[in-house]
Amino acid sequence: MRGGAAIVQGRLVRLLVLALPYAWLLLFFLLPFLIVAKIALSEPAVGIPPYAPILRWSEERVLTLVLNLGNFAALAEDRFYLDAYLRSIRIAGVSALLCMLIGYPMAYAIARAPEHRRNLLVMLVVLPFWTSFLLRVMAWIGLLGDQGVINGLLLWLGLIGEPLRLLYTDAAVYLGIVYCYLPFMVLPLYATLVKLDPALIEAAADLGARPWRAFLTITLPLSLPGLAAGGMLVFIPAIGEFVIPELLGGPAAQLAGRVLWVEFFQNRDWPMASALAVALVLVLVVPIAALQRLSATRGLGLRAGR
Amino acid sequence: MPGQRAGPAEPWRDPDAEPYLRLRGLTRRFGEVTAVAGIDLDIYRGELFALLGGSGSGKSTLLRMLAGFERPDAGTITLDGEDLVKVPPYDRPVNMMFQSYALFPHMTVAQNVGYGLRQEGLPKAEIARRVSEILELVQLSGLEGRRPHALSGGQRQRVALARCLVKRPKLLLLDEPLGALDKSLREATQFELVNIQERTGITFIMVTHDQEEAMTMATRIAVMTEGRLAQVGTPAEVYEYPASRFVASFLGTANIFEGVVKRADAAGALIESTAFDAFFQSDTDAPKPEGGRVFVAVRPEKMRIEKRAEGEAAHGTNRLAGTVRDIAYYGDFVMYVVALADGSTVRVSRPTETRLTELPITWGDAVAVTWPPFAAVLLAQ
Repeated sequence: MRGGAAIVQGRLVRLLVLALPYAWLLLFFLLPFLIVAKIALSEPAVGIPPYAPILRWSEERVLTLVLNLGNFAALAEDRFYLDAYLRSIRIAGVSALLCMLIGYPMAYAIARAPEHRRNLLVMLVVLPFWTSFLLRVMAWIGLLGDQGVINGLLLWLGLIGEPLRLLYTDAAVYLGIVYCYLPFMVLPLYATLVKLDPALIEAAADLGARPWRAFLTITLPLSLPGLAAGGMLVFIPAIGEFVIPELLGGPAAQLAGRVLWVEFFQNRDWPMASALAVALVLVLVVPIAALQRLSATRGLGLRAGR
Repeated sequence: MPGQRAGPAEPWRDPDAEPYLRLRGLTRRFGEVTAVAGIDLDIYRGELFALLGGSGSGKSTLLRMLAGFERPDAGTITLDGEDLVKVPPYDRPVNMMFQSYALFPHMTVAQNVGYGLRQEGLPKAEIARRVSEILELVQLSGLEGRRPHALSGGQRQRVALARCLVKRPKLLLLDEPLGALDKSLREATQFELVNIQERTGITFIMVTHDQEEAMTMATRIAVMTEGRLAQVGTPAEVYEYPASRFVASFLGTANIFEGVVKRADAAGALIESTAFDAFFQSDTDAPKPEGGRVFVAVRPEKMRIEKRAEGEAAHGTNRLAGTVRDIAYYGDFVMYVVALADGSTVRVSRPTETRLTELPITWGDAVAVTWPPFAAVLLAQ
């Protein structure tokens, strides 16, 4: 039975193809996450590593599991941590929204450009990635600083009398995040918009919809999958972003990523830092899972491209 | 046949009839290429008009200009007395059924059909009433809540049609309306489309590359080539009285011979073949005076074929001698390909009126092909 053999082989191949990403996730996501979760539940100690094992031999020579929930309790009680998380969510959310507002017209223009020019335009969007991320953020310091290019130009033009405070503000953090993560919004949006059949827009116009109505009723709903993907790709890394707020943000910009860094490297409180990391993952996973469920049950037009 | 309509209404024969759609000098260029090259055309109210042509003939560009998606470089479009050229697509009383149907994938059948009415700002109750009315007409009642991806090809086609009809347009444009359907579904849909067109009375203009589709459905056909109209007429006129070699061979099959007018009088014309020692007698007027070069077109089904004794007089008047090279058996008719002495071929088709499993004429037989004078169409070009 050649057919039977082919089916078995096909299943094997499919299993292998599916197993690979799962193995990757298991090895590089779930396993490290469990290690971090374990550290989060242990007690801090002086030594290397700076935490006590959760499994130890008690004095009666019985193996006991010692769990320390104090870190999570502190997270919930201390306004400092809660505020840092809320501020992170706000900054990541507003940044994702700004990326949508700036990225949508860009993606739309690229998708509507003549076919031979699209690849070049997409390349231009990706071009900043060819320079180090750190370098690009540092460059903004030179632009925004009190003696920076922008203030220099405004002073020279006589528009302002003294330098504007641009660097070390929330606005600078937004600017940095939007600047760095914009391509992650443009690319998935472009991918959805370029697949959109232009005949659909013509059909809407033919049926009496003015261009703006056609956009709101056809283009926008059908590009929701790209908008959602782009939103995730900006929101998720932005929420844990450390470098941009550290370099461009003011001292008040205590964000989740920064708080985590301080706990790890300055306070050497690994269990507390791990608890922060676990909480951050939960903050991210829960809304994503909710969105997935919503799109699966309601349709939401997320599968409209097919 | 759906093409044969009840009543003698043939407004294009009435010189006083006012055309509903009037095109004058309509032209569209894309860079160096002239897609539509100055078309003059009158279409009358209630017609089902077919634009027939191969790819690149300009038929789709012409249709898109009527819908408003292409701007003409020159010329006018007048519909029911209104100049349309400067009217944007969303304000035209014209609707188009797209070849791909272009159904909105994120909307249900009812939402798709109601989309155009919502743009008009009609009250909800009226929209619901008109949508269900039109879904009944196209026999889609009960599928209101389905999404396009959950429909069959034929159902999608009817949603696309309903979405246009519900707007009650003055003009309905159909771009290859049956192009995406299975062969088995096509014929039924042809009849259905003609039925719906007659019941609604809306003027239809359809674009097609399929001559059978155009012939069976249309009141009149415009054959297009290289951005121009090669001929406009009823299906029978275009088929039986083609205006040029292009039209004769684009619609159906035609044997075309070249010749010189030998004699032309009231009774018809005699043409002398320039390729072989034969004459063609026709009862139609010669398009050129004596001595002019003309073409003779003869349809395969108007020819006879019979066995010929070896050595029997070869060519004659309306008679060609050759040998059978190929036979194609279609069931309802048989197509013989007869090779002449000079290497050219003639196609002859015969209906299978009797139930013979073995054909009386077979491969390699020496045969004579003959036809009556009325079968020969004389063409100037």
